[in-house]
Amino acid sequence: MLRIENIHKSYPMGKSKLHALKGVSLTVNDGEFMSIMGSSGSGKSTLLNILGLLDSFDQGLYYLDNLVIQNLTETRAAFYRNKYFGFVFQSFNLISFKNAMENIALPLYYQGVSRKKRNAIALEYLERMGLREWANHLPSELSGGQKQRVAIARALVTQPKVILADEPTGALDSQTSLEVMELLKEVNREGITVIIVTHEHDISQMTNRIVRLRDGMIIEDIAVEKKDTICLT
Amino acid sequence: MGIFDIDNWKEIVYTLKSNKMRTFLTAFGVFWGIFMLVVMLGSGIGLQRGIFKNMGDFATNSAFMWTQSTSMAYSGFNKGRRWNFRNSDAEAIRSNVNGLERLAPRVQSSSTVVYNKHQGVFTIYGDYPDWNYIDPVDIVEGRYINDMDIAHKRKVAVIGRLVAEKLFEKEENPLNQFIRINGVYFRVVGIFESKKGGEQAQIEEQNIHLPFTTMQMVYNFGDIVFWFALTADPKISVAKVADDMMTLLKRRHKIHPDDNRAIGHFNVEKEFKKVSGLFNAIDILIWIVGIGTLLAGAIGISNIMLIVVKERTLELGIRRAIGATPENIITQIIFEAVVLTILAGWGGLSAGVGILNILYNATLHAKNSVLYQPMIDFKIALAALIILVITGVIAGLLPAYRAVKIKPIEALRSE
Repeated sequence: MLRIENIHKSYPMGKSKLHALKGVSLTVNDGEFMSIMGSSGSGKSTLLNILGLLDSFDQGLYYLDNLVIQNLTETRAAFYRNKYFGFVFQSFNLISFKNAMENIALPLYYQGVSRKKRNAIALEYLERMGLREWANHLPSELSGGQKQRVAIARALVTQPKVILADEPTGALDSQTSLEVMELLKEVNREGITVIIVTHEHDISQMTNRIVRLRDGMIIEDIAVEKKDTICLT
Repeated sequence: MGIFDIDNWKEIVYTLKSNKMRTFLTAFGVFWGIFMLVVMLGSGIGLQRGIFKNMGDFATNSAFMWTQSTSMAYSGFNKGRRWNFRNSDAEAIRSNVNGLERLAPRVQSSSTVVYNKHQGVFTIYGDYPDWNYIDPVDIVEGRYINDMDIAHKRKVAVIGRLVAEKLFEKEENPLNQFIRINGVYFRVVGIFESKKGGEQAQIEEQNIHLPFTTMQMVYNFGDIVFWFALTADPKISVAKVADDMMTLLKRRHKIHPDDNRAIGHFNVEKEFKKVSGLFNAIDILIWIVGIGTLLAGAIGISNIMLIVVKERTLELGIRRAIGATPENIITQIIFEAVVLTILAGWGGLSAGVGILNILYNATLHAKNSVLYQPMIDFKIALAALIILVITGVIAGLLPAYRAVKIKPIEALRSE
C-alpha cells in the first residue's frame, strides 16, 4: 500500500522555482488499477517518479508498506525499487546491446541471481508475453509493441508489488496500445497494483480509478466503473 | 553477479567495440607508457651489463699502490727522494695489515719474444697466483702460475691468445713449447683469453705472465716490487685496508706520515661505486619518466571513460531504475577501466619484452657493444602490472563517481 500526504516538490528553473507538486495526498491500495491523468506540466510524471523512488520530494510524508520513506540513501532507494516496483516507460528504455532475454533478466542480476537461473526465469516471462522465439533478438529488431511487452516482462520479473507505467502506450499505435493495456489488466488481475500515467482519455477509461492532476494538485479522483466521485481535493 | 559473470564481459566488449578508434587511441596511451617503461628499464640493465662486461670479472673490492717521489723532507732525507717497494714489504704487509684478502706484488716489462721464425713485442708481467683472483683471465688451455712456480723460480710462461696466434702456426700446440723472452727460454704452460670486451680484451690477450720470482731474477730487478694489487675482505672497505698499508709502508721507508704524494694509489671500489651510483640515478630517472608516461595514458583512459559515462547516462539510469545500486555502477565502470588498462598495458608489456628479447639475442655473443643482453626482471614486470591495475582503478574512479552523482530520474530524462 502506498500513501502520500501533502507532498511538495519544486524544481529550480534558473533563478525561479517550478512548483511541480503543491501538496498532493493520495492513497493507493494493494491490487488497484489506476491511472493518473493530466495535461503536460501538470505534475503527473513527477508524482509517479516520487512514488517510484526515482525522485525525491521537498515536503510531506510517504509511507511505502507502512515504511516511512525519508532521506533514503541511493543504495537503500535502489533496494526498495528493486523489491517493490517495476517500471514501464513510454520509450521502453531497453538496453540496446542486450537481447530480449538479457534485458528481462537484468533486474535479477542486481538481486544476485545466478546467470543460469535468471535467464531461465526471463525465458518463462518471454513465454508468457508470447515472445519466446524473440529471446535472442536485440531491441532494435523488435516492433514497438514487442519492445513494450519485453519492458513489461522486465518490470514483472522481480515480482514487484506495484507496476509504475509512465505513458506506456505513448509511442504505440492504437491497436498495440490496446494489447498492452490488456496485458497490464491481466497483470493487475494477478494482484499486482498498476499505476499508469497517461494523457489519453480512452487509456484511462480502461483503468478502475482515475486521478486527475492540474498544476500540481489533484483536482479529481474517481472510480471508473462506478462513475462516481470518491473524493475531491 | 561479480567479475566472472559473462554479462560483465559482454558489456565491456560492447563498450570497447562501440567506438573502436577511440578505444584504440585511448589504449595506445597506456600501451605506449608501459612499453616505454619496459624498454627503458631493460635498456638500462643492458647498458649496465655492457659497461660491467668491459670490466670483466675485475675484483671491485680492489686497490693498487705504487711509489712516487717523496714530497716532504723526513728523518734526514730530502724531499724528492725516489724509492721502491721491496719483497720484504709484502711479508710485512701480510703479517701486519688486518682485513687483507689477497696481495699481489707485480713487476712489468716489455720484451721481444721469439719462437722459431716468429717474433713479437709483448708486455710481460711477473705475477703471483693471487693476481688471477684480482683481475681474472679465462685459462683455455693448460694452467695459470702456481705456488710451486714461485717457490722454485720456474721458467714457465702463461701467454695470451693473441700472443699464441702471433708466435705459433695454427696447427701447432703452444703448450710445452719453449719461447725466448729477453734471451731466456720459457716453457708455455697456459694460454688464456680475456673476460673483458672490446679493446680491453685486445690489449690483455697480448700479455705474458711469468712467475713473479722468476721475472725478478731474469730481469735483474733485485727485490724491487713495481706495484701492489690487493683486495680486502668482503666485509671491510678497501680504503681502510689501503690506508693501513700506506701507513705501514711509510714507516718502513722513512717517509713523512703526512706525505700523501709518496705513494700513488687507485681504489677500484670507489670508482665502481661511482658507476653504480650513476646507474641507480639512471634507473630512478627511467621510473619517473616511465610512470609519467603511464600516468598520461591513465588520464587518457579516465577522459574517455568520462565521455563513455556521459553517453551511457540513459543506460545507467535504466539500470538504477531496475535496482542497480550506486556501488554496482561504480564497480562496473572501474572494472571497465581496469580491463581496458590491463589489456592495453599487457600489450605494451609484451611488445616491450619482445623488443628486449630481440636485442638480447642480437647482443648475446657481442664482444663490443654498448648494450649487452638487455632484459627485464620478472619482479619489475610484475610491479608494472600492479601499477597498471592501480592506474586503471584511479582512471575509473572519477568517471564512476560522475556517473552516480546524477539522480536516476535525471539520467532517465537525458535521452
